[in-house]
Amino acid sequence: MRTLAPLALALCIGSTGAALAQDALPHHNLPASPDGNLVVGLCDGETSIEVPGVKPGEPMTREQAQRVADALMSEWRRKHPGVEWVAAPANHSTTPPEMQLADAARSTSGTNASRPASVTAAAEQDQAQTYGAFTARDRKIWNDSTEKLVAEGKRIFHDAKALGSNDAISCDMCHPDAANTHPETYPKYQVQLGRVVLLRDMINWCIENPVRGKPIADDDARLKALEAYIIAQRKGVALDYGKH
Amino acid sequence: MAPQYKSIETKHHEERESLFRDLQRLGRLSRRGFMRVAGAAAGIVAAKGLVTPHGFQLVELAQAQGAGRAPFTFAYISDTHMYTRNVNDRFVRSALKAVDDVNALDPQPDFVIFGGDLAQTGRRDELEQGAQILKTLKAPVHVQVGEHDWFLDMGEAWRSLFGSPNYSFDHKGVHFVTIMSVEEPDFWTARGMTAEERMATVAGLDNSLQGRFEVGAEGREWLRNDLARVDSRTPIVVFSHSPLYKYYRAWNFWTEDADKVHALLGRFEYVTVIHGHTHQMLLNRIGNIDFYGMLSTAWPWPYAPTGLPKISVQMNRADPFNAFDACGDGQFDMLTSGAIDKLYNLWNRDPVTVRASYLASKSAKDRPLATTLPSY
Repeated sequence: MRTLAPLALALCIGSTGAALAQDALPHHNLPASPDGNLVVGLCDGETSIEVPGVKPGEPMTREQAQRVADALMSEWRRKHPGVEWVAAPANHSTTPPEMQLADAARSTSGTNASRPASVTAAAEQDQAQTYGAFTARDRKIWNDSTEKLVAEGKRIFHDAKALGSNDAISCDMCHPDAANTHPETYPKYQVQLGRVVLLRDMINWCIENPVRGKPIADDDARLKALEAYIIAQRKGVALDYGKH
Repeated sequence: MAPQYKSIETKHHEERESLFRDLQRLGRLSRRGFMRVAGAAAGIVAAKGLVTPHGFQLVELAQAQGAGRAPFTFAYISDTHMYTRNVNDRFVRSALKAVDDVNALDPQPDFVIFGGDLAQTGRRDELEQGAQILKTLKAPVHVQVGEHDWFLDMGEAWRSLFGSPNYSFDHKGVHFVTIMSVEEPDFWTARGMTAEERMATVAGLDNSLQGRFEVGAEGREWLRNDLARVDSRTPIVVFSHSPLYKYYRAWNFWTEDADKVHALLGRFEYVTVIHGHTHQMLLNRIGNIDFYGMLSTAWPWPYAPTGLPKISVQMNRADPFNAFDACGDGQFDMLTSGAIDKLYNLWNRDPVTVRASYLASKSAKDRPLATTLPSY
């Protein structure tokens, strides 16, 4: 076993870099009910309650479900005394929270004029605590992860082999910089196919026909990467689904 | 009797043939009789709404009867991008289709210009296959070089098949120049690239590692010497692969030293540049120079996001469900005036004629039909 440990560690390190899209999503493991009742989890990933008299798979009435939701909420409040749950402000800004706090302190006019400054500050402070407690460093990591997926999509877009091509044709040969792929126009009725399609349907059409490969499955990491690259090339273009 | 359907190409060629038949009869007709033939023919074409009212240049051709220079037609095939047939047969079939188109012209064009990018990855077997296909053209062929033909072995195989990429010839009073315009400053040595990597980099239109196309100091010097002996009233036609102007830098729809080349052409009355590389209907006029882009037989490029010349008329965007759509070949009619009209023989669509008068008038006259499906 001692000789295996370093190997296992190396495998771990190796897989974190490569498994960009394959990492398992975070999962809330719910405790089992001793009586075999339904257990429902809260979106904080920690809190859960048992629903007496309801077995897993059995339907609940709207009233029962509302009682469960209320119970979860009060359990969360019990765990977080003194923290107020506030709805997101209507004029949500993309300004980073740490700057919002400073802005909110100064802002008694302009876009926030309709609400008292104290309420705005409190709301944004609490929002920051609940959802938005992230820093510039976090944002950089997220941005780098996103760009990594886009770069992987760019690589596949330009690589006939990665696309599974049987005639050496790759996407970029007709779509330099993903030009003329107009992801912002989907979903739309594709006349030639006689149905409403998404961007991925057209990606797969091109892979099957000009590229002469096999269509990629919906959950294939390559398809996600291709979509990421194509959409990234149209940053700032208004969504206009259905456009011809 | 069952209804008969004819393809656009068939109808187009039939109309064209009938016009040329009428033209051949002109010698036997009085001037009045000629005007009747010309008027009727132009009327038929205009009524179909296919081309501008002056389609097929009958009037211009007629004027040539009395002028010193004879009008003539030459055809083109461009940007075939052929892999060897075992790798990809579609581009080979497209090239053969273009050869069939040109060989079916009656009367035959005086010659055919090939616009470059015969091969896709510059391999000798690709170029030899392409040379064999071009040999099946009935009319003489003048071949120009594209970057896909060149950057694997820096032109060694291409030169062994076709000679120098810079050459000129005179035909019926017009001076034709074929110039290598896809030189690039060395981006590969410092990066330690193999020949294949260099070729793949240049072949990627959106690959920003590469340099910008240029004629280069040596090419410009050759051009200056070549033009030195030519009278400024002689019409000049320049064949280049890249557009000899600056359209869109990121895709090398671009010639870095275009301004210096224009200066060499400035003293001539009629200059037309005919280029490949852009795979689209593309028109421009800068100073005294008309520019026509040629269609590809392999695939159409989208219009660049910026920089499209104002007088360019876009072709309808390509139908991805038809491998031949927005591809094609075409013809040029050298007018007695020294200017050139161009026919874009778009496969799967109506052909489009662009009159020199459209370019000369800066788009005020003879505008070709507009697209109903512009780029996104």
